[in-house]
Amino acid sequence: MASNLNRLSRFNLASLALGLAFLYLPIVILVIYSFNASRLVTVWGGWSLRWYTEFFNDRAMLDAAWMSCRVALASATLATLLGTLAAVGLSRGERFKGRMLFSGMLYAPLVMPEIITGLSLLLLFVALNAERGFWTVTFAHTTLTICFVAVVVQSRLGALDRSLEEAAMDLGCSPARAFAAVTLPLIVPAIAAGWMLALTLSLDDLVIASFTTGPGSETLPIRIYSEVRLGVKPEINAICTLVIGLIAMVIVVASFASKLSSTRGESAAPL
Amino acid sequence: MAEQLSQPDPQPVAESATPEPVTVAADPPLLRIDGVVKTFGAVRAVDRLSLDIGAGEFFALLGPSGCGKTTLLRMLAGFETPDQGRILLDGKDIAQMLPHQRPVNMMFQNYALFPHLSVRDNIAFGLKRARMPGSEIAARVAEMVALVRLEGLEKRKPDQLSGGQRQRVALARSLARRPRVLLLDEPLAALDKKLRESTQAELMELQRRLGMTFIVVTHDQDEAMTMADHIGVMDQGRLEQVATPRQLYEAPRSRWVAEFVGDVNLFEGEPRPDEAGRIAVATRDAGTIFAAEPPDTLTKTKVCVAVRPEKVKLSRRGPALDAGHAHAVNRLEGVVTEVSYLGGLTVYKVKLDSGAVLRSSMANTARLETEAYSVAQRVVAWFAPDDCVVLEQ
Repeated sequence: MASNLNRLSRFNLASLALGLAFLYLPIVILVIYSFNASRLVTVWGGWSLRWYTEFFNDRAMLDAAWMSCRVALASATLATLLGTLAAVGLSRGERFKGRMLFSGMLYAPLVMPEIITGLSLLLLFVALNAERGFWTVTFAHTTLTICFVAVVVQSRLGALDRSLEEAAMDLGCSPARAFAAVTLPLIVPAIAAGWMLALTLSLDDLVIASFTTGPGSETLPIRIYSEVRLGVKPEINAICTLVIGLIAMVIVVASFASKLSSTRGESAAPL
Repeated sequence: MAEQLSQPDPQPVAESATPEPVTVAADPPLLRIDGVVKTFGAVRAVDRLSLDIGAGEFFALLGPSGCGKTTLLRMLAGFETPDQGRILLDGKDIAQMLPHQRPVNMMFQNYALFPHLSVRDNIAFGLKRARMPGSEIAARVAEMVALVRLEGLEKRKPDQLSGGQRQRVALARSLARRPRVLLLDEPLAALDKKLRESTQAELMELQRRLGMTFIVVTHDQDEAMTMADHIGVMDQGRLEQVATPRQLYEAPRSRWVAEFVGDVNLFEGEPRPDEAGRIAVATRDAGTIFAAEPPDTLTKTKVCVAVRPEKVKLSRRGPALDAGHAHAVNRLEGVVTEVSYLGGLTVYKVKLDSGAVLRSSMANTARLETEAYSVAQRVVAWFAPDDCVVLEQ
């Protein structure tokens, strides 16, 4: 029995290792090669930080990175605001007619091919005669990420004990006040997690950004993509390593935040 | 007990056994529920319900789940709005008021403690909303903490408390604003049996000391009987009966109440008048049963005689009959088919010669088995007419 379990766990270990290797080997290789001294991507020429300094001297690349950061911050904040409102409306409002339709419509972009979202937004901006640039990308990313925020916040709201808000009202809070005093503090971690999710989604989006951006306002993924088409420079590896580091950091913080939120606020009664 | 039976009016002016605050008609009651209706979709959760509750009363709403008792409580708190009817508190209609505008507080079944706030902040929550000065809040919180004996736990968060402690925080929080009426939704349901009993006593003591009006919703009849001055039994959105615990048990107004509260033997039959103050009911299962005359004249030809099991005594030969009082007792014969020993009492099931089953519970007053009966033993079951209640429905 014991040896049986042992064999099973060795098998599990092997499959886990294989799966992780499949997922992370390419990334590990990319990270290692970002420290390559050689000009050629595939030839190892010893350790060096040369490509990192190269990146920090590459004006166009830095502009693109700065553009990406601004877009990500603006669109994530906007999406968090709207997504939270949508989640609150859908889970807390009276059961209005067409509620199902609304929540379905909110979540449709989750499964919508990005190319369609991008194309339709492009058509919209052309029709509105909007000058394409920072704001069009920001709005496009907001529409992309709003549903992700809404999903995260709504699931938190759904798990929250409804009687908490009632208790607050019973103790003298108007409905709006009860929301601010009790519900909001309890869903803040979920809101933060939603914001960070939106941030990372915006940072690595290529398709929608390339549809909706204009000349002179490239985001980082667009810039990288166009550079790669001319041949992979080791500098790209360095940039990607930085982006991976940044996103990994955000994800770790976000998962801590959502863990924090799920351990608080559930009904305490052992019912 | 006999005078209980002869006085089954649910709202007596005074009761000999337990003097208690009784709503006097001339005095407007603290809380008057007047023809309240609440429907959810096609379901009438509360159906034209009227009820008066006096100041300082400990009132229990008792009923099976889904009977509308919680909906009624939520309407008192303001979480539901009645479709029709009025809710008068101190003569003022509060039916359409929002929860935070009512001088009423509620203790929730799951306590609904704010998980992000400490015990102290939970208790102070309602006081801060009332814009009480900080020093007064501190004093009131300290008072409440002492009242529910939570000293030393003020800084804890709800998830660091035991079930019983959480229950006391919830109680302190709902009492802190000194509401006119405190609503308690199944306040003891989440506690284990031992803790429930001691908490019952604490709640009663607290209510008496504060002189506050408590309305508690419960599905546990022992809990309602133990704690409440008056009990309103609800079924399908209506009040079946409002009475003291004793009246409810000894003088149920309907067959449903008799069956819902406690255990009961029921015999259907046709009534006919007998000698003064007594009627005879010809039953199919138990022959003619003599019962005390009900206070209201019977209008139906089919009635039901209800006898509580502990009123039914068993013996080997039956009571000695006085020649002049041949009708003084109801005497039924049968065979014991089941004996359940429960410690304080033993419950016997006796199969009567008609095939009907009669339950009798006898207190085990002696340690040795002198009074015990065994299965298959032939016995005489007997009970006095005054111990029978005649029910029309």
